[in-house]
Amino acid sequence: MNPVLKLLLESGGLSTAEMAQVLNLSEAEVNRHLDQLRKDGVLLGWRPVLNIPEEDGAVRAVIEVRLTPERGGGFNRLAERISRFDEVESCYLMSGGYDLLVFVSGSSLQKVAAFVSEKLSTLEGVLSTATHFLLRTYKEQGFLMDTRAEDNERLKVSP
Amino acid sequence: MDTTRYIARHVVDLPRSGIRDFFEIVSKMQDVISLGIGEPDFDTPWHIREAAIYALEKGKTHYTSNLGLIELRRSIHRYLERHFGISYRPEDEILVTVGVSEALDIAFRALVNPGDKVMFHQPCYVSYHPSITLTHGKAVPVPTFAKDNFALTAEALEKAWEPGCKLLVLNLPCNPTGGTCTRAQLEAIAKFAIEKDLLVLSDEIYAELTFDGEHVSIASLPGMKDRTIFLHGFSKAFAMTGWRIGYACGPAALVEAMMKVHQYSMMCASIISQEAAIEALERGSDGMKAMRDQYHRRRDFIVRRLNEIGLKCHVPRGSFYAFPSVEVTGMNEKDFAVGLLKAERVAMVPGSAFGANGAGFCRACFATSYEHLIEAANRIERYVSKLKA
Repeated sequence: MNPVLKLLLESGGLSTAEMAQVLNLSEAEVNRHLDQLRKDGVLLGWRPVLNIPEEDGAVRAVIEVRLTPERGGGFNRLAERISRFDEVESCYLMSGGYDLLVFVSGSSLQKVAAFVSEKLSTLEGVLSTATHFLLRTYKEQGFLMDTRAEDNERLKVSP
Repeated sequence: MDTTRYIARHVVDLPRSGIRDFFEIVSKMQDVISLGIGEPDFDTPWHIREAAIYALEKGKTHYTSNLGLIELRRSIHRYLERHFGISYRPEDEILVTVGVSEALDIAFRALVNPGDKVMFHQPCYVSYHPSITLTHGKAVPVPTFAKDNFALTAEALEKAWEPGCKLLVLNLPCNPTGGTCTRAQLEAIAKFAIEKDLLVLSDEIYAELTFDGEHVSIASLPGMKDRTIFLHGFSKAFAMTGWRIGYACGPAALVEAMMKVHQYSMMCASIISQEAAIEALERGSDGMKAMRDQYHRRRDFIVRRLNEIGLKCHVPRGSFYAFPSVEVTGMNEKDFAVGLLKAERVAMVPGSAFGANGAGFCRACFATSYEHLIEAANRIERYVSKLKA
């Protein structure tokens, strides 16, 4: 695996200068690796992982979508089309009782509901949707929301 | 009333650990980046912690067999066969202990008669010498040297040997030096042990944290299984220091002797820790490898930086310790460590805490985050360049 990528996965908070130090590369080389990762379509972008109180945050929902598959492309054309909406944060093809699992967010419940009823379920080929609103987050992309319990006091010197 | 007169003479004479002295200074300071901690910075992987919680829920709150849970001994048996190429019978050749520390202690108590001589390589873990003293044995330190990357050599053993030597303690990879032995070096040590009829206590707590080449246990060499007590535990590889869980394996008669001491002092290791240990052995290898990979990269970084700064440092093949020389500063290791702590708030442990021939070196534990390692290296650099100027 690309050494820069490995370090990113391990310790995401390092600056390029710090990564350069750890990997014994110049900062320019680290940037070149990052550019290459972007060019290869491996590194898609950056995003902070936040813990925003529910009342201030966006309304999020997961939607199970059933689709009519198409000759030649299966679910791809519709899935890609759905993915393009700004409201859609993530979109996955699933095995099992439905076809797409779509994560959407909006500033209010009404907005998310409107997106589902007006945009998503009206698409030709969408057979049904089932929308579940997220009530509370306990873990987000590898980070626990409640980190208080994790502050362990270690000895400063030990044998 | 003078209560000290009640204290046993050999305990009065026992020196306090050099680490303890240094700890007293560090603990009074704020914002210290500590490279002085001898434990993983990772918390125990969650699946292991969860196994312990589950065990509690299931009412696993009782004594276990003195030898330890048979399921754990079976897991240990399989693990050692697979990863160390040694086979011990779960029924009578494996004893579960309260960390390797207890295993060492009961081994000495079971084996050492007053006046028996015990060889061990130095610099070494702080407990060996005092543990030998506490059993009224005579400590025979064998030096290891930076020029050998702190591997123990048969030549040094030959030179230090004296009539009456009975035991040889090995700790490879070694705390504090990170030194370890190649197969060929170990074969020479085995030959020496057989020649001198020594029993070997092999503390292999850092075995899994070997970064370059293979880890070879002396117990796996021809003719050595019968004259080796193999000591291992979970603290370092599985980030389980606080669980206090380890084990000793060896010939049934010796395990039985150690078990006698163990049953009258500890009775058994904590059942919760034993349950967690089973989980670690059966399902912990991915997590362990991920941690090892991180230590490996951190080692490469910190050793490179220390050498750039001018603190000459060999590449430790195992453990999570770098052991740089502070010779270039013209200071002794204690003054350097205290000076660095006061000026730049970085803690490294003076090498002399690990035996007299650790003088001139400091131990830097790299089981800490990249951010801390980068900042610590920058601060050390600033301190050293001020000294040079």
